Amino acid sequence: MLKILDAIRLYFRYLGISMRAQMQYRASFLMMTVGQCAATGIEFLGIWALFARFGSLRGWTLPEVALFYGIINCGFAVAESLGRGFDIFPELVKSGDFDRVLLRPRSTILQIAGREFQLMRFGRLAQGLAVLIWALLHLKIVWDFARAALLCATIGSAAYLFYGLLVLQATMSFWTVETLEILNTVTYGGTETGQYPLTIYRPWFRRFFTFVVPIACANYLPVGAILGMADPLGASTWAQWSAPAGGFVFLLISLQIWKVGVRHYRSTGS
Amino acid sequence: MVSPVIGGRGAAFRPYLSILGARFRVLLQYRAAAVAGFGTQLFWGLIRMMIFTGFYASTTRAQPMSLPQVITYVWLGQALFAMLPWSLDAEIRAMIRSGAVAYELVRPLDLYSWWYCRCLAARVAPTLLRSLPLFCVAGIFFGLQAPPSWSSGIAWFAATVGSLLVGCAFSNLMNISLLWTITGDGISRLVPTLVFALSGMLLPLPLFPNWAQRILAFIPFRDMVDLPFRLYVGQIPAVEAGSVLAQQIAWTLILMFFGRWLLARGLSRLVVQGG
Repeated sequence: MLKILDAIRLYFRYLGISMRAQMQYRASFLMMTVGQCAATGIEFLGIWALFARFGSLRGWTLPEVALFYGIINCGFAVAESLGRGFDIFPELVKSGDFDRVLLRPRSTILQIAGREFQLMRFGRLAQGLAVLIWALLHLKIVWDFARAALLCATIGSAAYLFYGLLVLQATMSFWTVETLEILNTVTYGGTETGQYPLTIYRPWFRRFFTFVVPIACANYLPVGAILGMADPLGASTWAQWSAPAGGFVFLLISLQIWKVGVRHYRSTGS
Repeated sequence: MVSPVIGGRGAAFRPYLSILGARFRVLLQYRAAAVAGFGTQLFWGLIRMMIFTGFYASTTRAQPMSLPQVITYVWLGQALFAMLPWSLDAEIRAMIRSGAVAYELVRPLDLYSWWYCRCLAARVAPTLLRSLPLFCVAGIFFGLQAPPSWSSGIAWFAATVGSLLVGCAFSNLMNISLLWTITGDGISRLVPTLVFALSGMLLPLPLFPNWAQRILAFIPFRDMVDLPFRLYVGQIPAVEAGSVLAQQIAWTLILMFFGRWLLARGLSRLVVQGG
């Protein structure tokens, strides 16, 4: 128990150091944040323009889609800023610096996770939150404690899921050494996918994002429960409420695969 | 006495052509990046295709473009993605940062044209690598249609060349602005966003609200994506290709003059720290 507490303390120390380092360049930080906010917010402008023209999307309204959009963007932003260490991990393998990490008497996961905390991602978080709040103001949801908790759990689930994807991406570099951008398709593409309800996609595409990369768990299924509607695709209420656990399980599995990867690691020697 | 003059002119162009060729061969080496780009673009196109199909299934109102036209438009955007002025020239950026830009001034070349040529190569080479496989796959499996007529196809091709010229004139402007901002962090983030939203990559411009159309008509971004694509799908009839081209050339000239003026001003105040 004490060991875990100590690890958590160390993790926050890592984050603090990284944060202070970035705040040395305040103007740059501000500009990057605003830039990211605009770059990601423009997507919502597109969605808004389409709803202005078409009225609805297979029965879904703009505030409902905005809820999907807000949840997935907030979750992704949190994962991106906390998981930056895994994002840039392939450089460590390439340069051979991972050897040093292995020598320290701490878990590799803790050290890589604590390597960098990316403040710039607040841009995405801010616009995601703004859209989320706008959606909540326009949806007539009957709020109770369970629903509010489910909403938080869903955002958390999305963060876990994307974090897991970043870990997997980093793990692959144990075998390939090179950075593989192909997984960007699942992270950024997953965000893009999750911005809309799953019902609009083709069946094979839906299955992929439910059972392989479970974005449906971190978004589509629980949102149905929050909106208090029966799932048009036929998932049970029980499935809707327990779905957010899927994101967490995905992260746990990813971390296990990471451990296999570490055992497989052979230094490039440079 | 005529031929030496022409020969002289040809000789003046030669260094720029060889720059173009050399840069081209360098950029064609990045095949792995092209494969990754292909996967990403294909995935993106699929998502967008399903989204638009969903929207079109939800309305009975007449729209400025039909669904097959929009789907073709989306695939064209994915195939020609690399052609847009997305990024600053990383090498120019590094040169300005390190002060090595001073060497650029010593070259017996016109600096604006030299940077413009680099830009042309940087747009065309990756596009050639990436677009052909995507055209094939999307054409066979995912609803990318051929132009309705030969004349539409030819008009599209001409307008694509035009869009390349406008795009590079715009990119070069971004490069030149580095003489002031040095790092270009803000520009390299904000400008691509603007281009993405207003050129037709975000969604086909005719689908924007009607009040926005008047604004979009007065800015150069639609010349980079939207107009050539609409010529391709036949939403703009091929007979209007002339006016599209004229507009593209006019914007190219405006952006070029502005770029040259800006470059001259930037160079007159350029201080390179020795060392």
